Amino acid sequence: MADATLEHAQHGLPGEYEAPLFGAYSKKVGMWLFLASDSLTFGALLFAFSYNRIYTNPWPTPFHGESIANATVMTACLLSSSLTMVLAVFAAQRGDRAWTRNWLLATMVFGTAFIVLHGMEWSKLIGEGLSIPGFMTILGVSQPAGAGELADISKNVPQFPQAFFGLTAMHMLHVTIGVIYLGVVAFRKWFLPILAVIWIAAAFLIPSGNVFHYPVNVLGIGLLVAAVILFLKPKDYDAHDVEVCGLYWHFVDLVWMFIFPLVYLMSTRIS
Amino acid sequence: MHATATHDDSKGQYFWVWGALLALTGAEVWLGYNNQVFHGNSAHMLEVLLVLSIIKSALIIGYFMHLKFEKALMRWLLVFSVSACFVIMYFFFFPDADRIINLGVK
Repeated sequence: MADATLEHAQHGLPGEYEAPLFGAYSKKVGMWLFLASDSLTFGALLFAFSYNRIYTNPWPTPFHGESIANATVMTACLLSSSLTMVLAVFAAQRGDRAWTRNWLLATMVFGTAFIVLHGMEWSKLIGEGLSIPGFMTILGVSQPAGAGELADISKNVPQFPQAFFGLTAMHMLHVTIGVIYLGVVAFRKWFLPILAVIWIAAAFLIPSGNVFHYPVNVLGIGLLVAAVILFLKPKDYDAHDVEVCGLYWHFVDLVWMFIFPLVYLMSTRIS
Repeated sequence: MHATATHDDSKGQYFWVWGALLALTGAEVWLGYNNQVFHGNSAHMLEVLLVLSIIKSALIIGYFMHLKFEKALMRWLLVFSVSACFVIMYFFFFPDADRIINLGVK
């Protein structure tokens, strides 16, 4: 309805609909409302993390220079992806389909780099003994039986791995959904076989003892949802759709701006 | 196309915002490694990092998400409602965390 109103307003015709309350088309208002509700999800998780941080004394500081450098590169990837997303929105608004697709692809590359770097970080921490007691057994993740620093933290301060993995897993899930969303908008049905190949390859290549062996099936669920959406309501995504998916992507970036200092920088080991 | 989405803004300002975000991230990392400037007071360090994060989030919301260019009603309603929820969460969570410390529960 809001779109129809805007069309009338654009052509100077007297519309029979009321002007939209927020002066924006309905898809954009819908996305903003979703993001407002999702910010409360992350807000609750960040508050829970801070709560644990305050009442747990001393709080572990397991992140050495390598982890901080890795997280800083991940932050740079997300910030750069936001810039390429803005450029994609500009290209879509001037009707340049080729550059819209190129900038969206660049955004997906930065997002994928973030996921891969984060996955490597998780695997390293788990390999060194950081785990949620009991949970890794359910996932069938093999862990060294050593008594390193991170294994001690998992045993003595289980709040740390619970808060760390809970918060970062939720964020990584959002980034993964974001990359799939961008792929659907950029490539439409052409993205489905690409996603299917990535999912199948990941499912076969990730060993059963790795923490991502089961979670990688999120790609399969994403494939199913994307296929249902693309086949039930096939459409050519326009500048509005690019702008709306950009809002989602920037939100994912925004959340990381709080996770990075709270989770990583406040737990830095200075040697 | 909606008027607020096609405001006449140059691409240059987005590169400046991107540069500012990277610079602020660099400042955060520097503070993380030089926390002696806070004299070992982690609460003070947390406050400074949170202020920097809020500045970064304001830049992302205002420029990248274009909220700066939306109607004032939408802008204020979103910012006020979400901020109010966070304030409520703050008063719900943190007094209890302080209570646990004061009770000496480990």
